[in-house]
Amino acid sequence: MNQNLPEDPQLREMVKAALAHKVTRRAVLGGAVATSAAALLAACAPSDKPKLTPATDVSDSDPTLIWSNWSLYVDIDDNGNYPTLEKFKSETGITVTYREDFDDNDSYYGKVKDQLALGQDIGADITCPTSWMAARWINQGTVQTFDDANLPNKKNLQPAYLGEAYDPERTMSLPYQGILAGFAYDKKAYKDATGKEAPAVIEDLWNPALKGRIGVLSEMRDTVGIVLMSQGVSIGDANSLTEDAFMTAIEVIEQQVTSGQIARIKGNSYKDDLVNGDTIAAIAWSGDIIQLNAEAGYDRFGFVLPESGGTISADCFVIPMGATHKKNAEKLMNFYYDPYNAAVLAAYVNYITPVMGAKEEAIKLDPALAENQLIFPSEEFLSLTQGFRALDGKEEQAFTKAFQKIKLGA
Amino acid sequence: MAFAAFSSSKPKGFSKPTKSGKVAIALLAPGLAYLGVFFLTPLIALIMVSLQAPDPDGFIGDYVAAFEFNNYFVVVSDYFPQMMRSFGYALAATVLALVISYPLAYFIGVKARPYPLLQKLMLTLVIAPFFISFLLRTLAWKQIFSNESWIVTTLQQLGLLESDQYVVGTPFMVIFGLTYNFIPFMTLPLYTSLERLDTRYLEAGSDLYASPSKVFRKVTIPLSMPGIISGTLLTFIPIAGDYINASGDFLGSSSTAMIGNVIESNYLISNDYPAASALSVLLMGAILILVAGYVKKSGTEDLL
Repeated sequence: MNQNLPEDPQLREMVKAALAHKVTRRAVLGGAVATSAAALLAACAPSDKPKLTPATDVSDSDPTLIWSNWSLYVDIDDNGNYPTLEKFKSETGITVTYREDFDDNDSYYGKVKDQLALGQDIGADITCPTSWMAARWINQGTVQTFDDANLPNKKNLQPAYLGEAYDPERTMSLPYQGILAGFAYDKKAYKDATGKEAPAVIEDLWNPALKGRIGVLSEMRDTVGIVLMSQGVSIGDANSLTEDAFMTAIEVIEQQVTSGQIARIKGNSYKDDLVNGDTIAAIAWSGDIIQLNAEAGYDRFGFVLPESGGTISADCFVIPMGATHKKNAEKLMNFYYDPYNAAVLAAYVNYITPVMGAKEEAIKLDPALAENQLIFPSEEFLSLTQGFRALDGKEEQAFTKAFQKIKLGA
Repeated sequence: MAFAAFSSSKPKGFSKPTKSGKVAIALLAPGLAYLGVFFLTPLIALIMVSLQAPDPDGFIGDYVAAFEFNNYFVVVSDYFPQMMRSFGYALAATVLALVISYPLAYFIGVKARPYPLLQKLMLTLVIAPFFISFLLRTLAWKQIFSNESWIVTTLQQLGLLESDQYVVGTPFMVIFGLTYNFIPFMTLPLYTSLERLDTRYLEAGSDLYASPSKVFRKVTIPLSMPGIISGTLLTFIPIAGDYINASGDFLGSSSTAMIGNVIESNYLISNDYPAASALSVLLMGAILILVAGYVKKSGTEDLL
């Protein structure tokens, strides 16, 4: 009977719950609806969650791996091939199915959360949520612990990424790329509109000359984080970043949205608005700006950290509980933690590499690249950035909701 | 059901069933079972979720069963503008669809009667857009009205738009998109009732010295009422819950969010399932009340 259960976890639980009820003739005649409703409720109610156990690892017999990642996040050549993944295959014999289906933390989570919570296969052996989402998965116990024996290159991790409360030793999450958020601006249009060279403080974005031409990220921690820092809040500190402080920053943003100063609150697609000129200045991610300049063929856009500081976070490799190719996934992480491979990757994706030694390799590849503070930031540069502190469930709910309300124009 | 309005001719001589009993119940059983499993169960589940309370020591998105009726007051006070906006947009788009569809349906159903080929061709043209995904069609409109498009630049040069005013993201654009996407749902029911319009009534009306506009008001409209009612219901109900056209990724912006966008955001991003469910229940209730009032007022209860 059990092997005939449906694939979908929610349905499966419903069917199991229904089967658990002894079905009598009277129940069928009298309460088919009540029974199915009870079964459904049993499936929906949060039961006492059992501790999940990792799926059986079939890596040794099956040299394949499915990697779900964000778009434009691995090197690609003109023929649509991924050079580093091909190199990985020739070194390890593992074929990687690379999927660009991670378009947003929340929507990806919405898609896979039921399978995750039940420890089932989510359709990917390895994926790269942003650190706060990785923290959520770790807290829920839905990701596997790495076997460091397969990860000798983990020693190359920049020490700055250690010590996070959710995973201090990086045993369940490993940074793939570091992400910096600050101000991006169209150099010429910004100067024409405001007479200044570059925005330096958040008030520069609220300049009436830029009304309707300002964009901010739909990623709450970056947009609200930068506003919070402009108010002198240190966003990594629970005593400083209180609910009151957060709501004060929300009010500032809401006011700018209502007045029409901020025209767009967007995710990855804010790039289009910069390119077609609808947006002149924005809160944006550094790597995108480097890529946009490369596409434009000249330094059309500038990227600066606000004087009060920018936010930093990381997208982290995690292996979900239901993944059946854990060892292959570990080999993949190990591969990208080799300094040379990390430098090749950085040269393409233009985000901050978390791998020590990559800069030295990059100097050999392309000295100009290695000089770029946005890819290989100095200690001094990094001291201007802060990471958003971990939130508990209640705070996360309240903060997310407040930020979403701005997006909905309430 | 409103769909009964599609066939305007009622079976004649259908007397009230005199014998009820076990046979009737047995024949009804499959239908009732279907409603129970696929309508009642999800509805009960939705109402139960809408009354859940957050798990005090859980993560985001963890809720426990409760009777938190307060959820309903909270969502109404939080999202009242979006609710009103939804019904406003739905009303505007429905009226526009009716105004555009009626002459079209009249032409296809009455004027084109002597030319069956033309009639079929035009009907096909009404349905043809459905062959393409409506997401793609909506995105195409976004392109056509984008800030740098010639339509917008021309409007700006003509002075109809200020140089810093655009079309995408405005209520006009959202209502336009809603009207465009739902027009066939209005045209087809109108067509089915106008197609059977007996033109001899119209001749009789003008023989009795009624002006063409009076014939239209006193004869054509009442005879096509079933089509008008089912057409407006088939457009108003889905439009009120639509979340594609008003979404910032398509034709809208944060100032055009409708109730569907609020439900989507609460469900998928804020992980606030009780709020999303409470809004769904309220939306359902509000539509039910509006539609019941409308049908009663227009005197066509027999359609439902």
